[in-house]
Amino acid sequence: MTTTRDHVLARVRRNQPAWRELPQLPSFARRADGRLEAFAAALKRMGGSFAAAPAGALDAFVRARFPDARVICSATPEVAGTRSTAAVRDPRELADVDVGVVRAAFGVAETGSVWLSERELGVNAIAFLSQHLVVLLDPEAIVADLHDAYRAPGFGDARYAVLMTGPSATADIEGVLIRGAQGIRSLTVVAVSAPAAPSVDAPRRSA
Amino acid sequence: MSRVDHAEASSRFIEAKDHAEFHDKRLWDLRKKRDAETQAIPEWEELRSLASAIKEHTLSHLGDYLVEFERNATANGMVVHWARDAAEHNQVVYEILQAHGVTTLVKSKSMLTDECEMRPFLANRGIETMETDLGERIQQLDDEPPSHIVVPAVHKLRGDVAEVFGRTIGTDPGNSDVAYLAESQRRQTRPYYLKAEAGMTGANFAIAETGSFVVCTNEGNADLGANLPSLHIASIGIEKLLPKLEHLGVFVRMLSRSALGSPITQITSHFRAPRPDSEIHVVLVDNGRSDRLGMDDFWYSLKCIRCGACMNTCPVYRRSGGLSYGATYSGPIGVIIDPTFNLRKYSSLPFASTLNGSCTSVCPVKIDIHEQIYKWRQIIAERHQLPMVKKEAMRLAGKVLSSPRLYRAAVEAAAAGIEKLPRSLVYNPFNAWGRQREVPAAPAQTFRQWYLKHRRGGSR
Repeated sequence: MTTTRDHVLARVRRNQPAWRELPQLPSFARRADGRLEAFAAALKRMGGSFAAAPAGALDAFVRARFPDARVICSATPEVAGTRSTAAVRDPRELADVDVGVVRAAFGVAETGSVWLSERELGVNAIAFLSQHLVVLLDPEAIVADLHDAYRAPGFGDARYAVLMTGPSATADIEGVLIRGAQGIRSLTVVAVSAPAAPSVDAPRRSA
Repeated sequence: MSRVDHAEASSRFIEAKDHAEFHDKRLWDLRKKRDAETQAIPEWEELRSLASAIKEHTLSHLGDYLVEFERNATANGMVVHWARDAAEHNQVVYEILQAHGVTTLVKSKSMLTDECEMRPFLANRGIETMETDLGERIQQLDDEPPSHIVVPAVHKLRGDVAEVFGRTIGTDPGNSDVAYLAESQRRQTRPYYLKAEAGMTGANFAIAETGSFVVCTNEGNADLGANLPSLHIASIGIEKLLPKLEHLGVFVRMLSRSALGSPITQITSHFRAPRPDSEIHVVLVDNGRSDRLGMDDFWYSLKCIRCGACMNTCPVYRRSGGLSYGATYSGPIGVIIDPTFNLRKYSSLPFASTLNGSCTSVCPVKIDIHEQIYKWRQIIAERHQLPMVKKEAMRLAGKVLSSPRLYRAAVEAAAAGIEKLPRSLVYNPFNAWGRQREVPAAPAQTFRQWYLKHRRGGSR
């Protein structure tokens, strides 16, 4: 008995056109300097906010920025907030989060994107169910463009990885741009160096 | 199945003057934003050539890449299914949902599921599908198909949306403030993400090397649907394959720039493996694609990444609206894909074009769209699928154009005619060319008259 799979594959193999070569990707010329400035400008264009490293504690910075926030959920040991993603058992528990805090693995200067996988997010849904998201980004961890982003090793073993660029948005009605569609209403990237030693606290549940 | 009459449907679209004018303007605005973005990238043309070559290579090895994708996705813990056609796709999806006791499905935008008419199939079996993309949701609530592959409700004005939402989800029908309408959608969908037992997405790209797939969106809806319920189904057309992860650098750089004139979608998500205690099911769908792959002139259409740039630039699409094509895919890309599904039903669509080639020049993967449109016209004429009026007009034009003497007489008479005829005769309901435009003033002399005067007789 032929399965659907075999049927589709047989038709594809019978009909596929003659051999075409796979081109090599060139390395495009790009600037090595000014990545942080380029990142900040691109992020702003996409509706995100950029902040330099605060003088004081990060927790105080987040509270000052969102004075009305009741639930601040953090996936990084650098910010305590009111809840840790390590304590979350079901992603739906994040429905009441006002501000989520995560640290990005790296940023992309070309687009102003931050790279987040289940390791950085703790709970993937934190990047969408929270009303607002604060992302810590090491200014040294910014790649030039998307070509470099896709050479990052993280893609190889992350179950889920997202390039997030500004808040959720829609222009589906008359092209009027609404920032804060169904996911986060605002995205703030804070340029703050990663802690010297990588965090080795209790392994966080990836959910 | 009755034949789509694009011209007749367009004439109804044009009657709503405010809508037609806004539609034209909005899409041209997207085209201009696209231009600004692409012109800021020095290597844009090189990216187009690369994208085209990568897609052509992939399609020429599609069998191997599909097997590689399946092997890697399965090793990653995803479940891979296959579907020959729309009916099998819907059945596969239904069986997965049924096995998991799903009654509510939150779904992000996927043209493939529209192509398969999945929603009514599931509804008949007791499963509610909630479209979560704002434009797609508006269209679902209004019981209309999407009119554009990227901006599904682009043919509607804010007042129309206020009316639809007022009628269906209980918002104030008199409030057409766009922020209010978008916020209403947010408030309506969020409880669904929490209660739905399954989420569904399409995919923009599937990577053979990693067994992963990519979903490019802006609203946050796809990732809410994929990251809250413990079951995620992704329907993927078999032409979405790319060989390697590094190829995404080329395609992700081009997709949103071509579609919306933004450097990247707000959210570009990569799914490689399910979360612990969760499942991801991928359905690889053929539905006519393997047949198209074997069509010498038309397999190039399978390179399409569904950006919609060809639609935004097309003067016919902008002035006739997506619904007038009567098909899942509208605009120039629809014109060359739809006839592969049903030549008779869609035989009028290849004539919904001026053959100006603008679609081809904006296409990020260099599909020769206008040349394919012309080839479809030849096939339709050969198979006697031409409408009567067009056939007669073409017969007459052929006669005039093949005789220099008749042609000269016609040109001179037309020039004289435009000058001297009363307006009522040129701009009357029977002359299609006099509608919505002023006929340009005829030059004082024809080219032939000018040539005879200046070039003939060896004066130079």
